[in-house]
Amino acid sequence: MFLDELLQAFFNFVHPALRRIRPKPPNGRPPRAAKGVRSLEWKRKDLLGLEGLSAEEIHLILDTAESCKQIYEREIKKFPTLRGRTVVNLFYEPSTRTRTSFELAGKWMGADVINVSSSTSSVAKGESLRDTARTLEALGADVVVIRHSAAGAAHQLASEVRAAVINAGDGAHEHPTQGLLDLYTIRERKGRFAGLRVTIVGDILHSRVARSNIWGLRTLGAEVTVVGPPTLVPREITQLGVRATHDLEEALAGADVVNILRIQLERQKKGLFPSLREYARLYGITAEKLESAGEDVLIMHPGPANLGVEVSEEVARDPRSAISGQVQNGVAVRMALLYLLTGGRAQDAVLG
Amino acid sequence: MRYLVKGGLVVDPALGPEGRRDILIEDGKVAAVGEDLAATGEARGSRKASHDGHSGGDDLKVIDATGKVVVPGLIDMHVHLREPGREDEETIHSGTRAAARGGFTGVVAMANTSPVADNGAVVDFVREKARREGLVNVYPVGAVTKGQKGEELAEIGELAGAGAIALSDDGHPIANAGLMRRALEYAGPFNLPVIVHAEDKDLAGDGVMHEGFVSLKLGLKGIPAATEEVMIARDLLLAEMTGGRLHIAHVSTAGAVELIRQAKRRGVRVTAEATPHHFTLTDEAVFGYNTNARVSPPLRAAEDVAAVRAGLADGTIDVIATDHAPHTREEKAVEFDLAPPGMVGLETAVALVLTELVARGVLSLREAVAKLTANPAKILGLAAGTLQVGVLADLTILDLEREWVVDTRAFVSRSRNSPFEGRRLRGMPVLTMVGGKVVARDGRIVADGEEKMAEDGSAAGRGVVAGWAANG
Repeated sequence: MFLDELLQAFFNFVHPALRRIRPKPPNGRPPRAAKGVRSLEWKRKDLLGLEGLSAEEIHLILDTAESCKQIYEREIKKFPTLRGRTVVNLFYEPSTRTRTSFELAGKWMGADVINVSSSTSSVAKGESLRDTARTLEALGADVVVIRHSAAGAAHQLASEVRAAVINAGDGAHEHPTQGLLDLYTIRERKGRFAGLRVTIVGDILHSRVARSNIWGLRTLGAEVTVVGPPTLVPREITQLGVRATHDLEEALAGADVVNILRIQLERQKKGLFPSLREYARLYGITAEKLESAGEDVLIMHPGPANLGVEVSEEVARDPRSAISGQVQNGVAVRMALLYLLTGGRAQDAVLG
Repeated sequence: MRYLVKGGLVVDPALGPEGRRDILIEDGKVAAVGEDLAATGEARGSRKASHDGHSGGDDLKVIDATGKVVVPGLIDMHVHLREPGREDEETIHSGTRAAARGGFTGVVAMANTSPVADNGAVVDFVREKARREGLVNVYPVGAVTKGQKGEELAEIGELAGAGAIALSDDGHPIANAGLMRRALEYAGPFNLPVIVHAEDKDLAGDGVMHEGFVSLKLGLKGIPAATEEVMIARDLLLAEMTGGRLHIAHVSTAGAVELIRQAKRRGVRVTAEATPHHFTLTDEAVFGYNTNARVSPPLRAAEDVAAVRAGLADGTIDVIATDHAPHTREEKAVEFDLAPPGMVGLETAVALVLTELVARGVLSLREAVAKLTANPAKILGLAAGTLQVGVLADLTILDLEREWVVDTRAFVSRSRNSPFEGRRLRGMPVLTMVGGKVVARDGRIVADGEEKMAEDGSAAGRGVVAGWAANG
């Protein structure tokens, strides 16, 4: 009964989005949605990308995240929702904030969280993703969070394991949890998506963040402009329903949201732009260049930012910047996803 | 053993218009071609045995080809048999069986083995191994440069003397234009074509699929069409300058087809081939990160596929070849970026030609057969690719009606890396004969000679088409 009370305590403070997902009654009948609440339930096994997610699904995640974010107002940040569940963070690429964010999200909800760091060099030594997947399966992981330098790695893992797989970034393909936390931040600050003008600045070609943002924003009805040098903005990008330009001034004019991507130094070495100096001059976001944007323009950056390169320190510290707020939203979104992807089973276990 | 192939529609461009003809095979050679040969004294008494049985005391066997198409033995001029070096992927033994099952009586074995076939000893080894273990003819290719490193010419004279029928650094394009020029010049007196895998490695970068909307969506690094086209343009100019014989392997882009078309018009000595996967699949086959759809050159856009078909139709592309490139399951069961490029093709090629080109009217049956027989034979200088009296009896019988579904588990190749798994096709080779011996029948290998074949024949007669996932 103790567990039940804790669970109830969790439900009591949460938003209707969570409250409607009630434990299965003891007589075994399936739970029924409360009156007036959307009957949508999370049905997917995995979250591999924002491509293909419906607006309803995205809002379900964001609604759930809104409930989860209230945890920041609590003195004791611990709930037993995922007690007895195992979350494995499988990171083939170095990451601090995404991994920590998932770790915190899992721990606050009572899950056992294991971090497995693996360099891609161990692949060369014969430890394949497939082998690792089988090991995790045998260990009894309920959720596997994977970050990998190869696009499609999360898809491959998802096809190999029964556990729910969350893509925490696969090559240049997608980074759906970053996309969702960006959407969450925009919804929180702007309250709407339809007709909202969002400009994404920087290395679109190699950016999984850009792709996830574009899919999500287009599904929700925002107008998206991407801007960067032609070497980093592939021509085909317009087929995703976005406007592409190489003129920053034009791209910033009237923008409601500016999402600034991190520029990787290695791209310069591959000849995609001449120098960081020139990149900063042409595409770095400064207060001066922002003047043409809307007065209440929302500044975002997935971090970690190269201050003075893609964004000036002044802009990063501007009250219009949501850069630090994005971090809290990241934990909330990840809590929501862990909850939704394990939902039914967790409740069954509590009642079992 | 003598054979009489009866009642089939014979399609051989060298024999004139196709028609219903019988073919008599004696001493491993075509002895006679004509209408109703059973009426002649030679084959008398065989009529009762029209279902492949023995014909009394005579050693003549009748192969009933009624309702089928009889063509010269098919030649695949682009195959990776992987031996020596990667016998886990394919061997001369297994690869020639896959060829026989797929209706091919001859395969051109590429030189990128380990060690590389850049000297007479390796060419000798391949020929000798093929003689002992091979089920179909194996025509070895010699490397253009030592170790296929693109630095110094290989001993082309020695390679020619050892029996290499062409030169290629396939898989390792020759980046140095000066060296490519010398290769085209030097190969001249040996009358060996230089087969090029056209790819500018700098443009390709670390791309893993065709550059376009699909690569953008999947977040995979792209290989632009120009990667292939700049190299083809260069090699066409060098062939024009030197008068050398250039053969362009696996043409995959619209621009490449147009470059070759123009070069042929101005008289450059160039020939070209296309693969079944490049005339069938687009880059969309990569969706889902299917590593069996990773190949070099990559599967291209729909307009490229259409251009390759148009190039086949107007004769710009002379040959259909598979670029059969076996890789093990383990090699392919990895992240897309890490999977080696290449797909097997021997056991699906003929059906793809019939389904995608002949049935759709892109090529007439006669044109399709020429691109698999007479054309490669001519480019390579082989006394094959025809059923004219006196040639070795390499022959393939096709059933144009049979529908089946590709089941890679039934492949006799050592590898299963086909993007066509589960695809429904119409038409298949039903008999393959090499030098007057039946080597494959109804998807079964007949390695041990005719007696076993007769037993298998009864199984086929019951409709149990072993190996082929027959579907009706």
